[in-house]
Amino acid sequence: MRRWVSGLLLLCAILPALAGGRLARADEIDDAIAGFAGNFAEVEQAIGALAATDDAVAPKILEALADGRLRIGPDHSLYIEDAKGALVEARTGAAADPPGKLKPVKVNNRVRRAVEAAMGQLTLLSPDPGQRMNAADTLFRSPDPGRLPALEQALAEETDARVKALLEQARAAILLMVPETPDADKIAAVETLAARGDQAARVLLGTAAEKSSGEIAAAANAALKSIDRELAFWSGVQSVYYGLSLGSVLLLAAIGLAITFGVMGVINMAHGEMVMLGAYTTFVVQDLIRNAAPGLFDYSLLIALPLAFLVAGAAGVAIERGIIRFLYGRPLETLLATFGLSLVLQQAVRSVFGPSNREVGNPSWMSGAVDVGGLVLTYNRLWIIVFSMMVFALLILLLRKTALGLQMRAVTQNRRMAASMGIRTDAVDSLTFGLGSGVAGVAGVALSQIENVSPNLGQSYIIDSFMVVVFGGVGNLWGTLVGAVSLGIANKLLEPVAGAVLGKIAVLILLVLFIQRRPRGLFPIKGRAVET
Amino acid sequence: MNAAPVATIGGTPESMQPLLYLDGISVSFDGFKALNGLSLVLDPGEMRAVIGPNGAGKTTMMDVITGKTRPDSGKAMFREADLTQLDEAEIAALGIGRKFQKPTVFEMHSVFDNLLLALKADRRPSRVLFASTRAIERERADGILEMVRLTGMRGRMAGELSHGQKQWLEIGILLAQEPELLLVDEPAAGMTDAETEQTTELLRRINETRSVIVVEHDMTFVRALAVKVTVLHEGSVLAEGSLEHVSNDPRVIEVYLGR
Amino acid sequence: MISARLGLYGSLLVAAVPLALTIAVGLLSLLPADSALHVPGYVVTLLGKYLAYALLALSVDLVWGYVGILSLGHGAFFALGGYAMGMYLMRQIGTRGVYGDPVLPDFMVFLNWQELPWYWYGFDHFAFAALMIVLVPGALAFVFGYLAFRSRVSGVYLSIITQALTFALMLAFFRNDMGFGGNNGLTDFKDLLGANLQAGSTKAGLLIATGAFLSFFFLVCRHLTQSRFGKVLIAIRDAESRTRFLGYRVERYKLLVFTFSAMMAGIGGALYVPQIGIINPSEFEPANSIEAVIWVAVGGRGTLVGSMVGAVIVNFAKTVLTGTFPEIWLFVLGGLFIFVTLFMPRGIVGLFTGLRTWRSQPAKVRKQLTGRALEAGE
Repeated sequence: MRRWVSGLLLLCAILPALAGGRLARADEIDDAIAGFAGNFAEVEQAIGALAATDDAVAPKILEALADGRLRIGPDHSLYIEDAKGALVEARTGAAADPPGKLKPVKVNNRVRRAVEAAMGQLTLLSPDPGQRMNAADTLFRSPDPGRLPALEQALAEETDARVKALLEQARAAILLMVPETPDADKIAAVETLAARGDQAARVLLGTAAEKSSGEIAAAANAALKSIDRELAFWSGVQSVYYGLSLGSVLLLAAIGLAITFGVMGVINMAHGEMVMLGAYTTFVVQDLIRNAAPGLFDYSLLIALPLAFLVAGAAGVAIERGIIRFLYGRPLETLLATFGLSLVLQQAVRSVFGPSNREVGNPSWMSGAVDVGGLVLTYNRLWIIVFSMMVFALLILLLRKTALGLQMRAVTQNRRMAASMGIRTDAVDSLTFGLGSGVAGVAGVALSQIENVSPNLGQSYIIDSFMVVVFGGVGNLWGTLVGAVSLGIANKLLEPVAGAVLGKIAVLILLVLFIQRRPRGLFPIKGRAVET
Repeated sequence: MNAAPVATIGGTPESMQPLLYLDGISVSFDGFKALNGLSLVLDPGEMRAVIGPNGAGKTTMMDVITGKTRPDSGKAMFREADLTQLDEAEIAALGIGRKFQKPTVFEMHSVFDNLLLALKADRRPSRVLFASTRAIERERADGILEMVRLTGMRGRMAGELSHGQKQWLEIGILLAQEPELLLVDEPAAGMTDAETEQTTELLRRINETRSVIVVEHDMTFVRALAVKVTVLHEGSVLAEGSLEHVSNDPRVIEVYLGR
Repeated sequence: MISARLGLYGSLLVAAVPLALTIAVGLLSLLPADSALHVPGYVVTLLGKYLAYALLALSVDLVWGYVGILSLGHGAFFALGGYAMGMYLMRQIGTRGVYGDPVLPDFMVFLNWQELPWYWYGFDHFAFAALMIVLVPGALAFVFGYLAFRSRVSGVYLSIITQALTFALMLAFFRNDMGFGGNNGLTDFKDLLGANLQAGSTKAGLLIATGAFLSFFFLVCRHLTQSRFGKVLIAIRDAESRTRFLGYRVERYKLLVFTFSAMMAGIGGALYVPQIGIINPSEFEPANSIEAVIWVAVGGRGTLVGSMVGAVIVNFAKTVLTGTFPEIWLFVLGGLFIFVTLFMPRGIVGLFTGLRTWRSQPAKVRKQLTGRALEAGE
């Protein structure tokens, strides 16, 4: 309350001319409108003057000006052309019959900026809270002492708490700029800005700290420190979030491998190509949808998911039946043969789809971002985190709770025993491998949203995926989860320190050292069974 | 010395220092206790049969003795040497040889080369790099070939041997190392009756100069060896004594023999 | 093992082939261009490249064929040797670079470097560079191998981390601020030991040197694998823990052979670079290392001769196919990986030498023989 009163006193002290502004509005509007006949500088002034009237016609005129629909007559009166080409008189909004030839009011970039700023102020009183918020934000970013009265009025009338907070911040920004503001108010303003705590507030406080002295400078410096701490915290959180996001991508790429390598012990160097097949399946699905049923585009990923699973899964079964089953117990041979296969698959895709990147679009629900505190979370990353967790949970359930999962575990633990109990081990092998490959295909759908879809897509993930599985502990899906997330976070935390490439190299070297210290990974399966 | 195994039942004479001394050895894998306070004392020159159901800890015990597995707790001494501090190669150099459950020989080498590689010698790469085969090594290898009845197979690849012949070759490999103690895991597995009998004979001959621990399932074989028997169960010693003695032990009957 | 059957004279004969071939081709290339026997320069360069690769293949075969270490990072040792040679060649350019800077190589001038980084010191001298050609790959292999073999990382795990190693090196060498020319690598070489690299005689000389090194290392490897040392290596490959329980320090054997093999690969790279005229980070690509493994597999693993034959044949096919049907090459290479592992586990050499002994074996032994030979120390 006291602040409010002192604000009013201040207003009277420094801006006597504006204090009574609203009384003389009819004249002012006419005066302002007259300015539109002049050069760019005069137009700019006119915009400010018009905005200062806070009259209901002001936004309409400014909007028309920005859109290039504002016309001026020989008598310096303004007309607005509506969307259909009809003319109305700007002051009254009545259908107009102009006296002579009309000229458009010319606009340059400075004028445009002036319009924007003015609109921002005008909309402070808009009935739409969103618009009021934008206006307050605009004012905060380009604080103008001349708008203080309008701002105080808006503050007094504001009911929405969020808009009110923003208005207070804009007011604080203005108060700090004006040298005449009493110290107590400046310190209060510093506190308000400190509470906002973002980069913009930091800039304002920095200026304040430089320009002022004594108590205010001290307060501003303290606020700067607290903001820096805050910002560091949020950038740390942001890194962790990026890491989580990278981790979920790694998890998606590696989890199929965790099944084929971890559970079956098969080294599939063509695993990355299963991911690639999934991504290309997404491309084909979107291509068909664009041509046949554009309305379904938002569902394209949902359609692609099962298809990618089937395509990659079928490829996996074919690989298992055609190559891998002849090489069981010879992991190094499997490695070589599947590497050869990966070359063939890459070249095949290159021959069919061409060597360049294919564009896969984001459906609307995957584009955009949301602000949480000091974080910007893009929807596509957010969805991929959610999606990878869902895939993980589904796989755990599948392995733990279904007959297929039980048979898989039986076969991998003791093939002969399983066979003698009537389990068709051949079929289980194929299905397990198909499952791992299918999951890779599903991962490809997700990766198509954040990666270039090219024949090399899979190649770039294969080393990382193996590292994740080995790091987490072979044969342990939970280990893969922990491995993927911790590698992702480690990568992103190192990035700001060492740069992206060096960070990656450092992670690789740390991993190599780690594997040498703990050859069986973070969560090894101990016991004699491993040795055989 | 000639061990008269049955005669030593009843304890170690105070004057004799044991060859192998295991005390309170425990090993666990992910909460599963493979060995649980296992204690075993072997005298020099003794032959001991270790029996027990699957999972009783027989192989893990061998792993601990040969340095493959480090015990979580307990003491393992071979004369004065602390086995828990040494690795496989050091323990082998001390004079402990081990035959695996599944016969493991170098299949791509000739039978003769298998023995040549095993002969007691300097194992350092720098020495091996410039080693040439001396006449005395040939003689020793040929002597062992005769002992394990493989003279006729001298030049054949080890991979071509029958299962029983591989078992013998592996025992021959052990002998070539000239160990003081042989750990022999199921030497009679997969053998014909005649071969089993020959193996019994072979082990007796070996025991004339060396100590032996035999892990075996085959009761006829153990009976034929006629040595002191240690029964393992759930990672610790259940009973010890002559075969007759342990087979009358009600606990042994319950967990192993009675089934 | 074929080289066992070859005997000493057979091996000497095999060893004589690269040397004799390169001497012949080298000399013929010096004939006047209108001579009927003249060998054009590109053939000299191609043959030189194949034989440098053959040296790499030989080094892979030594560790994979005889000790069961499937290294997917040997290309890195090859490339490091190549970079060491490249650095020497860069220093020989002197002021003849585009910028004519008396001290700095062109790419450093371009990147505004003020002075030569310390790790370039000494590369003005061939002897120093020659030392680095073996020491750098050797030291890396030693440190890496010491850590890996001591903690008994083996089989597929080892393969995967060797691959990660070369991948990390590739990323590192792509960086401009590493001081190795970044993306473009080292190139525009002028002369080697005072001889102009463009001259026919220099090319012929390099080719003959490559042939000589190949012959020499073939004999060294042959001796290494035929001696008792070699028998221990094979023992480690086929039954590692048996060997350990016999008292052999398996990790020391592996370390010794791995380091030696890396040095050989480094020499291969050093011979490769002056003949090709460039070295860049793509040599570190994991795919290159795997390709070297397939040369060995095609020729016949664990035979030494096979690795050299395989390297030459596969690379010849690559030259022909990428020239005529570039689309097909990856299909062929990929297909080769699959075909050889599935149907030709003993490689080309196995086809020729194995048949006779093969037929005399009972089926069960045949299976065992291939099985054991291929299990690679698992």
